[in-house]
Amino acid sequence: MAITYQVQIYVTLRPSVLDPAGVAVESGIRQLGYAQVEQVRIGKYIQLKITALDLEEAQQQLEQICDRLLANPVIENYRFDLVPITQEVAK
Amino acid sequence: MKFGIVVFPGSNCDRDMAYVTQEILRQPTRLIWHQQTNLADIDVLIIPGGFSYGDYLRCGALARFSPVMEAVQAHAAQGKLVLGVCNGFQILTESGLLPGTLIRNQGLHFVCDRVAVRVERNDLPWTREYLPQEVITLPIAHGEGCYYADSATLASLAVNRQIVLRYHGSNPNGSLEAIAGICNLRGNVLGMMPHPERAADQVLGLTDGLKLFQGILLGVAA
Repeated sequence: MAITYQVQIYVTLRPSVLDPAGVAVESGIRQLGYAQVEQVRIGKYIQLKITALDLEEAQQQLEQICDRLLANPVIENYRFDLVPITQEVAK
Repeated sequence: MKFGIVVFPGSNCDRDMAYVTQEILRQPTRLIWHQQTNLADIDVLIIPGGFSYGDYLRCGALARFSPVMEAVQAHAAQGKLVLGVCNGFQILTESGLLPGTLIRNQGLHFVCDRVAVRVERNDLPWTREYLPQEVITLPIAHGEGCYYADSATLASLAVNRQIVLRYHGSNPNGSLEAIAGICNLRGNVLGMMPHPERAADQVLGLTDGLKLFQGILLGVAA
């Protein structure tokens, strides 16, 4: 039985890494008059579908994909959410 | 001595590089499409600048998985010379051949300029034609050239003398330690943001990059 998951992946800059684009956007927000806004950080959002035998296998593969390609561990962290969307009976 | 220049979809400094190795240095040169995997005939591999794979995801992140990159890794592991310039430097860090990474310039702008660069060590094949601490002028043209690594990596770069080039005077992109170029532990892999190939022909007005290529020739002859 294989399960297809809808996956949402968030890649964010590590706290120690400066984010000049975030700083620029923050100043833009403040220009608009929202003075209470702070600590703007810009990251990436990636969505995909993955089919795996079970949740554990899906998570394992997603971790590999993130470690190897979607995030650069030198500067980025990641997390992801999975929601099962179909459940197929093996033919 | 044979030069190989790797061409990815989106590379755009490959011809300039080939012009230098072929027409100025008079050395046999082969352009290597990123799907080729046999580099046995190549002595010096160059990964040129450009925007491989449109810089999608992160600069150099997708080029790293091109078929040719396994051969590049093997070439480097044999102790043969590998030079990455600009996007080539980004590809070398993404592929783990060099530590750290290159992120968005601190000022957010794409910087196209001529900058002063200090040669921090001249005992490498890449730099043996320069004087110790020589300050040279090289062109830069990048939006993501800010060198970043954690403090432990920076410390080990310093201890192992892996910082080969530093911006001199002003730092155009916010690179930590003003790093413009680093090598691996062995010294056979060099990554740099400035473009030596754009400063190797008198016609272009700058020739400070030529010595880097001449040093490579000497290095192999010696």
